[in-house]
Amino acid sequence: MNIPADLSYTSSHEWVRQETDGTRTIGITDHAQAALGDLVYIELPQVGRKVSSGEACAVVESVKAASDVYAPFSGEVVAVNDDLTARPEAVNEDAYGAWLFRIRPDEGSQPSLLDAKAYETAIGES
Amino acid sequence: MQESAEGRREKGARSAAERANSRKRSTQRGLPDRRAQRVALTGAIDVLKQTTLNRIHRAANARMVDFGGWDMPVHYGSQIDEHHAVRRDAGMFDVSHMRVLDLEGAGARDFLRHALANNVDKLAARGKALYSCLLRPDGGVLDDLIVYFLTDEWFRIVVNASTAEKDTAWLRDLIDRGGVALSLTVRDDLAMIAVQGPHAREKVWQVLPQARGATEPLKPFNAAIVDDLFIARTGYTGEDGFEIMVPDARAEALWNALAAAGVPPCGLGARDTLRLEAGMNLYGQDMDESTSPLESGLAWTVDLGSPRDFVGKSALTASAPARTQVGLLLQDPRGVLRAHQVVHTAKGEGEITSGTFSPTLNRSIALARVPRGVEVGEEVQVQVRERKLAARVVKPPFVRNGRVLVDK
Repeated sequence: MNIPADLSYTSSHEWVRQETDGTRTIGITDHAQAALGDLVYIELPQVGRKVSSGEACAVVESVKAASDVYAPFSGEVVAVNDDLTARPEAVNEDAYGAWLFRIRPDEGSQPSLLDAKAYETAIGES
Repeated sequence: MQESAEGRREKGARSAAERANSRKRSTQRGLPDRRAQRVALTGAIDVLKQTTLNRIHRAANARMVDFGGWDMPVHYGSQIDEHHAVRRDAGMFDVSHMRVLDLEGAGARDFLRHALANNVDKLAARGKALYSCLLRPDGGVLDDLIVYFLTDEWFRIVVNASTAEKDTAWLRDLIDRGGVALSLTVRDDLAMIAVQGPHAREKVWQVLPQARGATEPLKPFNAAIVDDLFIARTGYTGEDGFEIMVPDARAEALWNALAAAGVPPCGLGARDTLRLEAGMNLYGQDMDESTSPLESGLAWTVDLGSPRDFVGKSALTASAPARTQVGLLLQDPRGVLRAHQVVHTAKGEGEITSGTFSPTLNRSIALARVPRGVEVGEEVQVQVRERKLAARVVKPPFVRNGRVLVDK
């Protein structure tokens, strides 16, 4: 299973990348896309939306199931990957390249994220 | 990320009774080496049954799921690619989890006249198949099945995996109460491989040239016995093809030979999207013991015209059904139709019984149970999360033999 060491993770299968401008990029993990199967629809949040930690803010739907994607921390959505609307299968092809949305975390927001090793352990147990 | 309620429901929870049944069976049959273990949500150790081809699926890295108590492949990489393979060329499915029952004895036909909602008197030629519901006295659907006429004293019945124990017990009880000398044998020595698609039959003949003579003349819904193989021109995909029953010991060799002939393995995921495009019901979703076949799109299989009496007939004729089954084609691209979503119509509320994304139509389709009087061509609204999405009522099937049959 592909779990890049330079990303952070949540136990609900989002990956998080720290950007140099202070924002963080969020997607779903390779494990998650494999579990869902072929994705056919992705709904992304509005840019500018304020989200709270743990809030459902995107939906990914495969042929077999619909799943919510949660904000790993509180903040404001500053960008979304609109390319996915026309090509949801891009997430199946490259889960870490096909990001979903980018959040600028609130001041003082302390996200509790997993490193690659901890995430690997988490999915091994599930 | 977490699956929504819709997603969780769609996977289909097994009842406590079913779990208890599968534990009981595994103890009785004593074949732990053929079974995978898992921890159920309750914390109790539960056992999934395996088909004889299980090892091959796992070696092929198939994604496995619990399907009616069986450890089955849902796909081998891409469900959509497997779907297209069947519509455009050929694909094969391990359907050995379905149960084959042989009903033998002098009164077999008379018994089935009484037990089944469809009329076995339609079966005149040897090898002819009939699709029928098995009903409760109150008209609820116990299962849907295919029965093959082989000789006057031998009918072969194929029932669903998740209902196999229930059906077998039900039929045995009916036999006992009828006081006729009939035997009902569970043929768990047979595996079943469905080879489906426009080129499926040619591929089967490449691999089984000795079967060509007997199976080339077969019309759809007819079967032939070739040595130890039972080959039926039936399926659950809306495409041409064969369902082949083969002794367990030879199943792996047949599967490998078909693969070598260029037939890709396909999982139950593609089987579900193919059957839904073909407008075919799935037991437990589109009908069950609480629904009448007349409100599940199955009136064509219920023989109310003949004077013959059968289990469930009086209940079905007692009152007109208030609901009807329709097909839905999603007009709004912002979501996917799923089982249990509410359908708002001018005649009142209905519910989706099966929904998916259709790879052939490249949009979402569904079967729904709605108030009687909702007409083909009408626009309805389906509640998908916080939105009401527009869908058009259509007459299933959506796709048959590679052709789209509804206007997008």
